[in-house]
Amino acid sequence: MNSHRAAIDRAYREEAGAVLATLIRQLGDFALAEDALHDAFAAAVIGWERDGVPDRPGAWLTTVARRRAIDRLRRERGLAERVRELGELGERSAALDELAADNGDAGPIADDQLRLIFTCCHPALAIEARVALTLRCLGGLTTPQLARAFLLSESTIAQRLVRAKRKIAVARIPYRVPEAGDLPERLTGVLAVVYLIFNEGYLASSGDALVRSELCDSSIRLGRLVAELLPQEPEARGLLALMLLTDSRRTARVGPGGQYVPLDEQDRSLWSTSQIEEGRAQLDLAVARRAPGRFQLQAAIAAVHADARSAAQTDWPQIAGLYEKLLEFDASPVVEVNRAVAVAFAGGDGLARLRPLLDDPRLAGYQPLHAAHAELLSRSGHRDAAATAYERAIELSSNGVEREWLRERAASAQARS
Amino acid sequence: MQYLLLFYSDYEQSPEPGSPEEMAEIEGFIALDGEMREAGVLVGGEALEPPTTATTVRRTSGETLVIDGPFAETKEQLGGYAVIDVPDLDAALVWAAKLPHLDYGSVEVRPVMEMPG
Repeated sequence: MNSHRAAIDRAYREEAGAVLATLIRQLGDFALAEDALHDAFAAAVIGWERDGVPDRPGAWLTTVARRRAIDRLRRERGLAERVRELGELGERSAALDELAADNGDAGPIADDQLRLIFTCCHPALAIEARVALTLRCLGGLTTPQLARAFLLSESTIAQRLVRAKRKIAVARIPYRVPEAGDLPERLTGVLAVVYLIFNEGYLASSGDALVRSELCDSSIRLGRLVAELLPQEPEARGLLALMLLTDSRRTARVGPGGQYVPLDEQDRSLWSTSQIEEGRAQLDLAVARRAPGRFQLQAAIAAVHADARSAAQTDWPQIAGLYEKLLEFDASPVVEVNRAVAVAFAGGDGLARLRPLLDDPRLAGYQPLHAAHAELLSRSGHRDAAATAYERAIELSSNGVEREWLRERAASAQARS
Repeated sequence: MQYLLLFYSDYEQSPEPGSPEEMAEIEGFIALDGEMREAGVLVGGEALEPPTTATTVRRTSGETLVIDGPFAETKEQLGGYAVIDVPDLDAALVWAAKLPHLDYGSVEVRPVMEMPG
């Protein structure tokens, strides 16, 4: 591959988000910034082949994009407005060229990226818009990649992005990092978006593909960015740790025939030790701040699994205790299900904890509840009841690979007696 | 930039007219009105008579119709509005969240179109 093409791809993945963030601040216009950045990349395709890859691709792209933005304004706006804007831009440009010449000043760029993250994840935007915008602007995904990942047409994705940017502009969603008072809630929102993206990639809610790796990689990149930009927020690190520890099992999770391999059957030698190490390191840093939260606790649970050399050596009492604590932060029925299973595996009466959940309307379509119920029934010798529960779980599963695994599980539970 | 705040309420759940809860709510609206004026953000606003007093005009197939009642029989109905002038949506949302009727209602925050010139 041409080295300049590789450099462009890398710049797109690694630098585009930061450059876009800076441009939005400098130009005060989301759509203009995006178009200008697009122009700059087009110029890079020609320019980097002809003149070589610049030492600082990010700075090159920013400078060229600014000039392209000025060109666009000249072409598009009315005369009086153009004169005014060009004047402002000219002043800002000069000041900023000075700034760009100042090497290694990460401050303004970091601030810009934070602003961009919080804007893309603003609660006033529909959740699908937040996901698409975040992935597009910061996650390094192209529109075609987004379309494939979410099984939508490119035009649907494009429309979603256009509408979101329009809302940002017309409703005046501010381009800023929230004030200290709002930051915790808004950060929770950002982390929720990143986690949603990760789960979409890891769990694949429909269809037969079990994992969509582009989304996982992207969400981990985003998680790293947020953790780096907000080092004093342990939940950001907690989320990163959780994603790394979970993703470390990605290869082991899919069998040679594409079938789903659950945690207790996975070949642990396929788990990525580098991701586990990084995940543990991030978790340690988070926990040191002594401000527990749901992501740190979920990461801690994942870390206990990562510590076990085999499924049989899993420290289930510790996991049960962690779920107990997690319920304090996330009193969701899903966590109750997981806690019940952990209690059962730790030797306690998990079934007793699980039974009331079967009537919980919030868990009405929740397949894992019935799969867990079936599993616990099977282990305690209730064959027929287990079979019924497996039937229910299979009915509720929307994933072909998962259904296949449930059928196999049901079959082997029947054979066991 | 101006935002229109539309106050919607579920009239079946709102306080009984003349009740202490209603008095408290009215006081809440008056206090918020004062706060908005003091902050210099209030452009205008009114409370509205209940939806049972509304009349809707429509035109279908060239015929103008006059119909008793609000434009749609929804659970939440328009009860009042305010127009505020604030720098951005976040500022508007902070004011919207202070509305006293939010226990049984909602506030829609709609940007007012800015006309050139």
